[in-house]
Amino acid sequence: MSKKNSILSSNAFYTLISIVIGFIVGAILLSIAKINPLDAYKQLFNGVFGKPKFMVWCLIYAAPLIFTGLSVAFSFKTGVFNIGAEGQFVVGSLTACVLGILIKAPAIIHVPLCFIGAALAGGIWGAIVGVLKIKKGVNEVLSYIMFNWIAFYLSNFVVNLGIIHKDGGGEATKDIAETARILAPKSIIAATGASATNYGFILAIIFAVIVWFIINRTTLGFKLRAVGFSNTAAQYAGIDTGKSFLTAMAFSGALAGIGGAVQLMGMSGRISQFSGQEGYGFQGITVALIASSNPIACIFAGIFYGAMKYGGGKLSLVNAPAEVVDIIMGIIILFIAISSLFKNIFLNHGKKGAV
Amino acid sequence: MDVLIRNLGLLINAILIATPPLLLAALGSCFSERSGVVNIGIEGMMTIGAFIGACVAYFSGNGWLGFFAGGLSGAVLGVIHAIACIQFGADQTISGTAINFIGPGLAVFLCKAIFDNSSDSPALDTAAKLPKMFEGVFKSGSFGYNVFSTYSVAYLSFILVLVVWFVFYKTKFGMHLRAVGEHPQACATLGVNVYLTRYICVILSGFLAGLGGAFVTLATVSQFRPAVIVGQGFIAIAAVIFGKFKPQGAFKACLLFGLCNGIKALLGAGNAVSPNLVSMIPYVVTILALVFVVGSTRVPAANGKPFLKAR
Repeated sequence: MSKKNSILSSNAFYTLISIVIGFIVGAILLSIAKINPLDAYKQLFNGVFGKPKFMVWCLIYAAPLIFTGLSVAFSFKTGVFNIGAEGQFVVGSLTACVLGILIKAPAIIHVPLCFIGAALAGGIWGAIVGVLKIKKGVNEVLSYIMFNWIAFYLSNFVVNLGIIHKDGGGEATKDIAETARILAPKSIIAATGASATNYGFILAIIFAVIVWFIINRTTLGFKLRAVGFSNTAAQYAGIDTGKSFLTAMAFSGALAGIGGAVQLMGMSGRISQFSGQEGYGFQGITVALIASSNPIACIFAGIFYGAMKYGGGKLSLVNAPAEVVDIIMGIIILFIAISSLFKNIFLNHGKKGAV
Repeated sequence: MDVLIRNLGLLINAILIATPPLLLAALGSCFSERSGVVNIGIEGMMTIGAFIGACVAYFSGNGWLGFFAGGLSGAVLGVIHAIACIQFGADQTISGTAINFIGPGLAVFLCKAIFDNSSDSPALDTAAKLPKMFEGVFKSGSFGYNVFSTYSVAYLSFILVLVVWFVFYKTKFGMHLRAVGEHPQACATLGVNVYLTRYICVILSGFLAGLGGAFVTLATVSQFRPAVIVGQGFIAIAAVIFGKFKPQGAFKACLLFGLCNGIKALLGAGNAVSPNLVSMIPYVVTILALVFVVGSTRVPAANGKPFLKAR
């Protein structure tokens, strides 16, 4: 394959084009809204790179997104589309929150306990959908969507329970115990200047490597990928595809659940009653797509999304709506989704040129 | 007895207000799903419809104009989804996810751009909302008032069920759309234009979802807020699944889910039954339906599979 063709066949090339198109569409919309797109993008850029503190905040924002991104990427590799990461994230966060408030323990026990609880909750939430798929043939995309909303209302329900709810009004839970937080030591927080500096990002990198290792270097990963690649061929080769799907869906759910715990124990420290879905799971889909389902690339895609989220929040300084970030991200996904056809067109043209 | 009848009237009134947005969106979803294109972007299409509807009605003072404009804005997103899925063979769930980013994002973006950086649009005058029927005929608060003096669109949406049923089962187009959702290759061989049929269905699904969204802002809520739709698009999809992908089935499911929303609206906050638990019912019921009547809830065979013409 020529050098030109190898570029044209790489996913990264199309992802890059999609990102550029996303920003162009965003610029057009900003212009229509009578906002100078250059000003807005400069603000976005400064909001991310202006101070070291800002960059730390971007990594803090990135951590939960890397987890949901890994969750979705893992599911893609194993032939499932985990559109349920949203719900798994929510139940993970909720479980960590309940454990963080109700249990009294030293940090060395409390933190792992919350993480295990969150992973189990997310894993079970995903595994239920897996069981429905395998035993009853229920389309997983449909049941994932239903479970997302059940998780959403479950969280709002639990937030309002007496023993969890913050004393004296408000629409949030109590703060979780200090022993359940994963904040960095005070000296580091003082050095970075970002009040929520925590270990979430480091955990995310560790998990990205673990996921990469499982997928690429273990027998389990090989089996899961084989099923993802061709269900029937894997079955013929003697792999229990049902068990394989279930394992993949539970593991994918656990990753999203841990993401929920990271967000809670690192950043928010409590759960509020939400009027709409927070979207970490759906943002994870974007992260996985930008990363072409590569776990290591998920780290960078997560940082990209985290930066866009954090920087986007500062767009109000130039009177630009932060929602332009959602639109840019939507356009990026759309173009990544249709890029496979572009790929065929470009490569076919390449072949004709060679003849 | 009087109290009972009055309460029944109130409940029916709540159902009549809660059902139309779900029903309009669900009928749209039926078109798309039966023609073989999964559309989880219904939620995003409803949200843009809700905003454009409120915005056009606010500036024109005409509820019907707003309602129609809301539908058109949903149709525009439908066009995007259709081009991605039909022309480019994109993964339909991913394209729908993109629509769910773009629709609500665009709605709030435009709202802030037009209404001085506020994410809520100004409240609509009664004159700019959708009209109610039989005003002044019944005594305010009576059973008849609650049941009949309501938005005419509510009853129109029920009539639309009959129309859609007729289109689905008694017209050539309906037969084609059901067929291309089952076996597009065979249809293409027989000279049915698979692409055109699917385009019409997906754009129609966007239009109806947009109308559903516009009903929320033009009748129920009287203004646009970012959380005005929250989940109704997905309840509509759930209704279609629960209704076995048939318009008449989706209608029954929408009435049931509309009842849930109606109860929630009547109960309000701070009651014995948590509104959050009531909100869960449509989703739980749909899961149960998928599990226990799965044999009869058959997804259209070509659903989610792109059909690319042989070159």
